[in-house]
Amino acid sequence: MSDHHHHEHELTQSTGSTDAYSRRIFMQQGMAFLSMATTVPMFMQRSAEGIMLPLGSLVTSQAGIPEDHTLVVIQLGGGNDGLNTVIPYGSREYYTNRPQIAVKAPGSSSSNTGVALEIPGADGYGLHPNLTGILELMDNGQAAIVQGVGYPNPNRSHFTSTDIWHTGNHSGQGYGWLGKYFDNTCAGQPHPKGSIAIGNKAPLALHGKTQKAVNFETEELFRWAGGTVNNSLENSYNDINRKDTLQGVKEDSQLDFLLRTSLDAQVSSDRIRAAVSKKPLVNYPNGQLAQQLQLIASMIRADLPTRVYYASLGGFDTHANQLNSHANLMRQLGDALNTFQKDLSKQGNTGKVITMVFSEFGRRVAQNGSNGTDHGTAAPMFLIGDNVQSGLLGKHPSLAKLEEGDLIYNVDFREVYASVLEDWMGADSTAILGKKYKKAKVLM
Amino acid sequence: MTVSSLQPLDPRAFDERKAQHLLQRAGFGGTPKQIQSIANLGLEKAVDYIVNYEKLKDPNPATRDAYDKDIIRPPTRVEREAIRKARTSGNEAMVEKFRNERQIKQRADRKQISEMERWWFQRLVSTPRPLEEKLTLFWHGHFATGYRSIENSYHMYLQNMFFRQNAMGNFKEDLVRGIIHDPAMIKYLNNDQNRKSAPNENLARELMELFTLGEGEGYTEDDIKEGARCLTGYTVEDDEFVFRAQQHDTGTKRIFGRSGNYDGDDFVDRIFTRSNASRFIIEKLYRYFINDLPHGDTTESRAFVLALGNLLKRKGWELRPIIESIFLSEHFYDETNMNSIIKSPIQLIVQATRTLNPPHRSNMVRTLAIASDFMGQRLFAPPSVKGWDGGRSWINTSTMFMRQNTLLYLLTGQRPDGKPWETGGDTFDAMSLVVGETRDPKDTVTFLLTTLLNVDEPNRDRVASLLDYMKTQNNKLNNETVTGLLTLITAMPEYQLC
Repeated sequence: MSDHHHHEHELTQSTGSTDAYSRRIFMQQGMAFLSMATTVPMFMQRSAEGIMLPLGSLVTSQAGIPEDHTLVVIQLGGGNDGLNTVIPYGSREYYTNRPQIAVKAPGSSSSNTGVALEIPGADGYGLHPNLTGILELMDNGQAAIVQGVGYPNPNRSHFTSTDIWHTGNHSGQGYGWLGKYFDNTCAGQPHPKGSIAIGNKAPLALHGKTQKAVNFETEELFRWAGGTVNNSLENSYNDINRKDTLQGVKEDSQLDFLLRTSLDAQVSSDRIRAAVSKKPLVNYPNGQLAQQLQLIASMIRADLPTRVYYASLGGFDTHANQLNSHANLMRQLGDALNTFQKDLSKQGNTGKVITMVFSEFGRRVAQNGSNGTDHGTAAPMFLIGDNVQSGLLGKHPSLAKLEEGDLIYNVDFREVYASVLEDWMGADSTAILGKKYKKAKVLM
Repeated sequence: MTVSSLQPLDPRAFDERKAQHLLQRAGFGGTPKQIQSIANLGLEKAVDYIVNYEKLKDPNPATRDAYDKDIIRPPTRVEREAIRKARTSGNEAMVEKFRNERQIKQRADRKQISEMERWWFQRLVSTPRPLEEKLTLFWHGHFATGYRSIENSYHMYLQNMFFRQNAMGNFKEDLVRGIIHDPAMIKYLNNDQNRKSAPNENLARELMELFTLGEGEGYTEDDIKEGARCLTGYTVEDDEFVFRAQQHDTGTKRIFGRSGNYDGDDFVDRIFTRSNASRFIIEKLYRYFINDLPHGDTTESRAFVLALGNLLKRKGWELRPIIESIFLSEHFYDETNMNSIIKSPIQLIVQATRTLNPPHRSNMVRTLAIASDFMGQRLFAPPSVKGWDGGRSWINTSTMFMRQNTLLYLLTGQRPDGKPWETGGDTFDAMSLVVGETRDPKDTVTFLLTTLLNVDEPNRDRVASLLDYMKTQNNKLNNETVTGLLTLITAMPEYQLC
């Protein structure tokens, strides 16, 4: 049923140049065939369809939005301290609330933790001294910082607030916003490699009713490990798992579904491992996030049909002695994003990828008794790419007018989602977010 | 054949393959010996043995005092006041102290829920009453409550005991009525915030939508609002349900066309007058025990559900006759229902552990619990109040590898999460699975495929693939090569079915 369905979908609804489209399918089919041990006509047709499915079946609802637009989402886990990310050095309250942990204004006598980086044209606001990578991207017109992003009635539990950001609902219940994006654009059919998360579990954001994300921590874990136990098992394993049908198996029966998924897993694994085995075009720094982005860049370079990638960096729950730990995280973040963008640029792919960075909440304005900060509310988001409105966007939340010691948000995160969904992914954001949010002006 | 009725299977048709089917569905499979014994009992005695499991002694009964109930004790009024004062007066040192204390408690509680997770896992793989655990897991998914939201391990434990004690009790009187008095559920669905002055509809809504009637089936938004009023004042103190009369709305509520000064228990009574109350739960049991219906219901399934729903009403919502009827029915053993369910991660792991006789490894239960989580099912942590979607949603390309690699771990010690090999523990006695069989590779391969996949005849292509492997091993049958065969069989897409 599903094969059929997709087929019809492609014939009736695919848009764009037929020639380029067929050529692309052909090339992808070619790749799939190379990796196969056995070939039978039925099997060829189906496996190739498995690979090409995303292109034809992901129909953008808005004309003029190419279907290869890709979104990379990065979650800063633990609640990033927004006030020490975009530094409101022009604010007296910033320094009175944070006597030990404030970042000094540009031009101050340098301390061992450095001084804020000046953002051209943004008087009174600077970047954390370790975000040189982002400043450079801003100079190139490739980085937007949306200030004061949050939502009404903020929840300060990591889990609940994460779920709120992932689902786009204040209840934090239901499917993920990007999962729903695939559910909506793929007519109720799962999209085998539509989204890939780097990590041992797929985040809620990518879980749809039918859409489930592919995820792996490293490409080497995205394969059967039996060959490393005894390599003489490998041939028989391949025989078993690269057959898309067996005698007596009915079309779209449970076993038919399992056979196809297993075959798809083998083909995906081949492609992903081949993609990752190539030496990257730039050298990535060390660190968890950089390694994840390197993996993602190699998959983008290999032209996988994936439209959403998900990476994450933890450690932002800085309750105590945060100056050094937060500075290290800022270094990792800025450098990783900068390198990733350079890689995309060498690949010639900066035009088709945007990267969105968020955290489940910011932190309180006042430092706590341990030179750290507790769970707060609004914080900045980053959007990186050729197609973003580069610069410091929106208004910084007031440090004078607070709500229970916390910043009051200016931009609802769902306004950013709406913009990304509509203007980048070409989807109907109302169907996905459950209501119409005005689009934040973050994209060109 | 009248598949539409609850007609029992002809006892003469109850063979080893059907016995294995029964063991897999009513529990987590069995060893060839267990299958043989169940087959020898005959259909009725076999079903009686499995269903009336109370006759079998539980060697490790769950008790209320097995875990620390006081780790998460809510702050007293005095403490709350002290915290508030410290906050408003800017006494950072004091705020810090309270925060640290809270973090220590939360850490200890997270440790305790992990211990409970392993305890349940251990129970699943070792219990002599598999149906009891299978049903407990069913109710955990049906009345889904997640630790992550309530952050109180002891309440999760109490709820787990409640499900086990009432696993085959009365659906209306024991389970549904019980769940609106259950501390974990009350917290999870915010009924502790449901007061006359400010009603919270969460529990009232899910009670109808997810627990008894089905989404949009025979109730209105007004029924939800009125139901929420009935449930006001149903709250929790420490680890016990309490009814707070002063928070309860004593006004008249109109539910399903009748009015009265209803409370939460009356609300349950009103719900069970709806025709869908029997159909909804039976359909869910059908998907769990008979066929997960990837293409929606069929003529046969509808007829069976209808008949069983009528029986449930006739029996006054008692579940035991329902479960018995399922396992005795011809329909349950129909070829279309054999090997038709995609194993949940727990089913996959527990069934493999109980049937393949893998060696014990250090940290094995912990590793398996992590693997199950990676495959999408963590005990005490269903993804939402809807529970686990089940069926095909378990499977995608990454969970497929995770499944195969978890079984590989069971057999070889190669860990599924990329961590180094587990050393120590016993060695796997793979030959124990082929005791009494001939030493001919083809016979062995045929025997293993037939029993592990529960088929009459193995597929020829599969036999050939396995014999190819045996050829690379000079056709020698020994512990290593039989282990190899098992890693291949458990990596077969068809091994995901039961």
